[in-house]
Amino acid sequence: MSRPSTLSIVIRRIIGALPSILGVIIVTFVLTRALPGDPAAYFAGPAASQEAIDQIRETLGLNRSLPEQFIIYVGELLRGDLGNSLTTGQTVVSDLLTRLPASLELTLAGLVFSLTLALPLGILAATRPGSWIDHGVRVLATAGVSLPTFFTGLLLIYVFYFLLGVAPAPLGRLAILYSPPDQLTGLFLVDSLLTGDLETFRAALGQLMLPAITLGLFALAPLARVTRAAMLSVLSSDFIRTARASGLAPHTILFGYAFRNALLPVVTTLGVVFSFLLGANVLVEKVFAWPGIGSYAVSALIASDYAAVQGFVLTMALLYVVLNLLIDLLYTVIDPRAGVES
Amino acid sequence: MTLSQPVSPLAQVRYILSENYVTFGAFLLFFVMVIFALLGDAIAPYDPLASNASIALSPPSLAHWFGTDDLGRDVLSRVLVATRLDLGIAVVAVVLSFALGSILGTCSGYFGGWCDRIISRIIDTLMAFPLFILAMGLVAALGNTVENIIYATAVINLPLYTRVVRAEILVRRDAGYVEAARLAGNGHLRIMAAHLFPNVLPVMMVHISLNMGWAILNAAGLSFIGLGVRPPTPEWGIMVAEGATYIISGEWWLAIFPGAVLMLAVFCFNLLGDGLRDLIDPRMRT
Repeated sequence: MSRPSTLSIVIRRIIGALPSILGVIIVTFVLTRALPGDPAAYFAGPAASQEAIDQIRETLGLNRSLPEQFIIYVGELLRGDLGNSLTTGQTVVSDLLTRLPASLELTLAGLVFSLTLALPLGILAATRPGSWIDHGVRVLATAGVSLPTFFTGLLLIYVFYFLLGVAPAPLGRLAILYSPPDQLTGLFLVDSLLTGDLETFRAALGQLMLPAITLGLFALAPLARVTRAAMLSVLSSDFIRTARASGLAPHTILFGYAFRNALLPVVTTLGVVFSFLLGANVLVEKVFAWPGIGSYAVSALIASDYAAVQGFVLTMALLYVVLNLLIDLLYTVIDPRAGVES
Repeated sequence: MTLSQPVSPLAQVRYILSENYVTFGAFLLFFVMVIFALLGDAIAPYDPLASNASIALSPPSLAHWFGTDDLGRDVLSRVLVATRLDLGIAVVAVVLSFALGSILGTCSGYFGGWCDRIISRIIDTLMAFPLFILAMGLVAALGNTVENIIYATAVINLPLYTRVVRAEILVRRDAGYVEAARLAGNGHLRIMAAHLFPNVLPVMMVHISLNMGWAILNAAGLSFIGLGVRPPTPEWGIMVAEGATYIISGEWWLAIFPGAVLMLAVFCFNLLGDGLRDLIDPRMRT
C-alpha cells in the first residue's frame, strides 16, 4: 500500500472536523431556542413593544417548525449574521471581530510563556529523575492546576502593581497616554513592531505581561507534567540505549532523538490545554479589563444580551475546532506515521 | 510477614498513611472542610451578612482575623459559611455527572454498536466546546440561578465520566467472569450493574477526587463573572470578584483570603486524587 500524500491527509483531517462543526452548530441552535419563556422577547430586550417582539419572532422564524428554524439559522450563519447586540447596538459579528485580536494576542502570549517554561522544566525533570528539580516540577504541576486563574491574576496585580509598582495599571491593552498602532494584524505587539513604534511596543508588552503570565501559569502545569512523562518513557526506550551505546553526543540524543518523539504526547495535550486556555481567557480578561471577546461575553451575560452570548459561544467553539484541526495537522508534520494508520 | 497472616484493617490503614504523609495531610484538610461545610454558621464568629459601616475595610486584626469588607462584614465568617455552598455545588454536580456518565458509559461500552456510536457522538460534540465556555452558554440559556450552575457544571464533566467508564467496561466486557455470569443466566442489566460496574469503581474514585477540585474551580469561576450566586450570599468566587475592586488600592484581604481558601480546597482534592491513584493504580501516574 502506498503512503498517502500529506495533502490527502490534510484534506481527510479537514473533512473529519466537519461533524464537530455540525455538532457545535446544533448545540448552539438548541441553546438559543432553549431560552426560558419567549426567545423573541429576550432578543428584543426588556424595553421592546409587542410589535417589535412580533417582528423579531417573524425574522427569527420562531413561528415555524424546529427543522425549518434550524435551516434558517444555518442560512444566517453562512451569511455571517449572528444578530444584533442590545448593549452595543452593533451587529454581534462586527463586535466579535473588533475584539477577537485582543483575545488572540492574550491567548498566544500565554501559550508562548507556558511553552517556553514547561518544555525546559519537563526535560530537566526527566533527565534528572528524583532530583530537587523533579520534585519541584511535580509540586508545581499539582499546584498549577489548583490555581483559580482569577485569583492568580489578582495576586499578581497586588504584588507587581500595588506593592512593587513595576507593572502598569491593569486596565486594558494600552495605557491612555498611548494611541494604538495602525491596524495590520490587530495584535498590538506585532503591529507596533511592523510600524517601528518601539515605545508603543514596550507599553503594550507591559500591559500584556501580567495577564499573559496569569494565563500561562494555568497551562504550565499539564504541559510540564506531560513533557516530563513523555521524556522519561522515551529516554528509557531501546533506541535511545542504542544511540547512547553508539557514542552519540548527549545533546544529540536528547534533542535529536528523544525530544522529537516526546513532542507527540505534548502536542496531544495542547488540545486539552486550549480548552482550558479559552475558558480561562474569560476570567483573565475580566480581571485585567482586557477588551477581548471574553469580557464582551461577560458584560453581555450580565445584561441578558443573548444574541451576543450565543455568538461568543459559537465563535469560541469554532475557534477550538480549528485549533484542534491545526494540532492534528501539526501532529502529521512531526510524526509522518500518524497520518498513515487512520 | 507471610501472606497468610491476618492484618487488621486499622493496621493496614496506618501502614498506608505512614507511607503517604501528603495524602494524610490532604485527608485531614478534607475532614476540616467537611466540618466547616456542616457547621460553618455555628463556628463563624460573626453573622456573615451583618454589616457595620464603622469598621468597613479594616485590615486583619485579632477581632477580625481576615479583616472586614467594604460593608464591614467579617471576611472570616463569610469564608467559613461559604464552604457549604461551594462544596455543595461541586458535590451535587459531580454526583449528577458521575451517575449519568456511568449509565451512559456502561451502556456504550457493554452494548457497543449503535448505542456506542450515538453516545460517543453526543460526548464528542460536548468535547468540541471549550468546557468553561459551554458552561457559560448553558447558564445563559437556562437562566441565571444556582441550580443551573450545578447543571452546567454537571454537563461539562459528563464527557470525562462517560469516556473513562466506557473504556474500563470495554476491556472487561469479554472477561471470563462476565462470560460465566452470562452462562449462569444473568440478564444484561444485572451483569452491567452487579458484575461489571463494581470493578470500575476504584478507578472512578480517583477521577471523582481529581474532578471535584475542577468542579469547585468551575463553579467559583462562573460566580466570579457574576453568574448563579447573587450578593450578598457568601461564596468564594463572588467574594473574590467583590474584593477585586479594592486590590488596586491595597485592601488585599477582601479578595486574597477567599481566593486562598478556594485554592486550598482545590489543592486538597487534587492531592487526595493523586494519593488515591498511587494506592489504587500506580500505573496511572505520569
